Amino acid sequence: MPKITFVEHDGTVHTVDAELGSTVMETALRNDVSSIVAECGGGCTCATCLVHVDDAWSPIVGPPSADEEQMLDAAFEVKPTSRLCCQIKVTEELDGLIVHTPAYQGR
Amino acid sequence: MTETIKTDVLIIGAGPVGLFAVFELGLLDIKTHLVDILDKVGGQCAELYPEKPIYDIPGIPLITGHGLSEALMEQIKPFHPTFHLGEMVTTVEKLGEAQFRVATNAGKIFECKVVVIAAGGGSFQPKRPPIAGVEAYESKSVHYAVRKMDAFRDKNLVVVGGGDSALDWTLNLQPIAKRLTLIHRRDDFRGAPDSVNKMRALVAAGQMDLKIGQVTELEGADGQLSALSIKGNDGSTARIDCDAMLPFFGLTMKLGPVADWGLTMEKDLIPVDMSTFETNVPGIFAIGDINTYPGKLKLILSGFHEGALMAQKAHHYIYPEKRLVFQYTTSSTNLQKKLGVA
Repeated sequence: MPKITFVEHDGTVHTVDAELGSTVMETALRNDVSSIVAECGGGCTCATCLVHVDDAWSPIVGPPSADEEQMLDAAFEVKPTSRLCCQIKVTEELDGLIVHTPAYQGR
Repeated sequence: MTETIKTDVLIIGAGPVGLFAVFELGLLDIKTHLVDILDKVGGQCAELYPEKPIYDIPGIPLITGHGLSEALMEQIKPFHPTFHLGEMVTTVEKLGEAQFRVATNAGKIFECKVVVIAAGGGSFQPKRPPIAGVEAYESKSVHYAVRKMDAFRDKNLVVVGGGDSALDWTLNLQPIAKRLTLIHRRDDFRGAPDSVNKMRALVAAGQMDLKIGQVTELEGADGQLSALSIKGNDGSTARIDCDAMLPFFGLTMKLGPVADWGLTMEKDLIPVDMSTFETNVPGIFAIGDINTYPGKLKLILSGFHEGALMAQKAHHYIYPEKRLVFQYTTSSTNLQKKLGVA
């Protein structure tokens, strides 16, 4: 099972198993990564599951879709490596992925 | 003097569960008014996923959030509910047995026998940008909505955001502002193409400014902004005069005033009796995502069930003298008359 590491803004690190085919957001919620809010439950309509993908991983994870890019307008302190993690599907390729979670998701 | 609106039941929240409660109460001859902070019905279905398919409404293999709201509105039409949209309930006071006074932030006062809280995740409120000290300006010079346009006349205005709200207010306020600056994180806008074109034309004509980046710092005193700093995506910084800032980053669900109504709360949820969905305050019910009980599932279908059971108990408060006889819409001429089909 691929492993994903969430580094929260306060330095808390969670390295957790991620189910293939689920999303990074679902993985965060299942493992109590509290800085992921995911208000809309994965619909790409709320921008409260923002993560900053680790620089080394950003090219592998890839850029947001057009829809997601638009939704990022409702997030804060968006960087070129930022993604809404409900839109990142867990694949074997992402084993070892590191994402950083922000202090504030809008609430 | 504010006129008091009298009704049997005041429903807080016009999402799917609040709407279906109108139906269940209506079948029992109970009149309803609904208050919702959004300017449309449907709650999360309307705000978060109007176009997304929902697959778990019993008997309906696929329906969108918008479609479900529309279908529910059609279903409850025979009961003529009254909607108060764009308003937030601020206080709920118990005056006596089956007697409540409910007030909204628009100054409306309701007197009712039963209150039903169907408020989902709370109230949708504007997202506050994470700029140090922004709270201090919110009453005077940072605004998340425009109530009176004239308040912005001859002012240096900054609008932040890239959606329709940001663009609409840019276009509406630009003619009366002293100078308007639109700030967005990227040079691409998700708003209506026509609005984007109009905005770009104003920028090209030198009648407003567009900055790509984000606001990093606010300056001012006693709640009154005087300037703000912007960091551009290219690393540049700028400081511009600003009398008022209007950030538009969409909405987020906040519990809101529910916590102040004297109800027992558990982690922002309202515990209820599982057979009636009544809270610890007799006459106040909580249905849908906002309640909690052993085994609770936050599903629309669970909220529908809760509304049906709630209506049975609510009937006791509205018609204490009447015995309630359970009837089916398939066979009861009495119910069919209420639905306008018999």
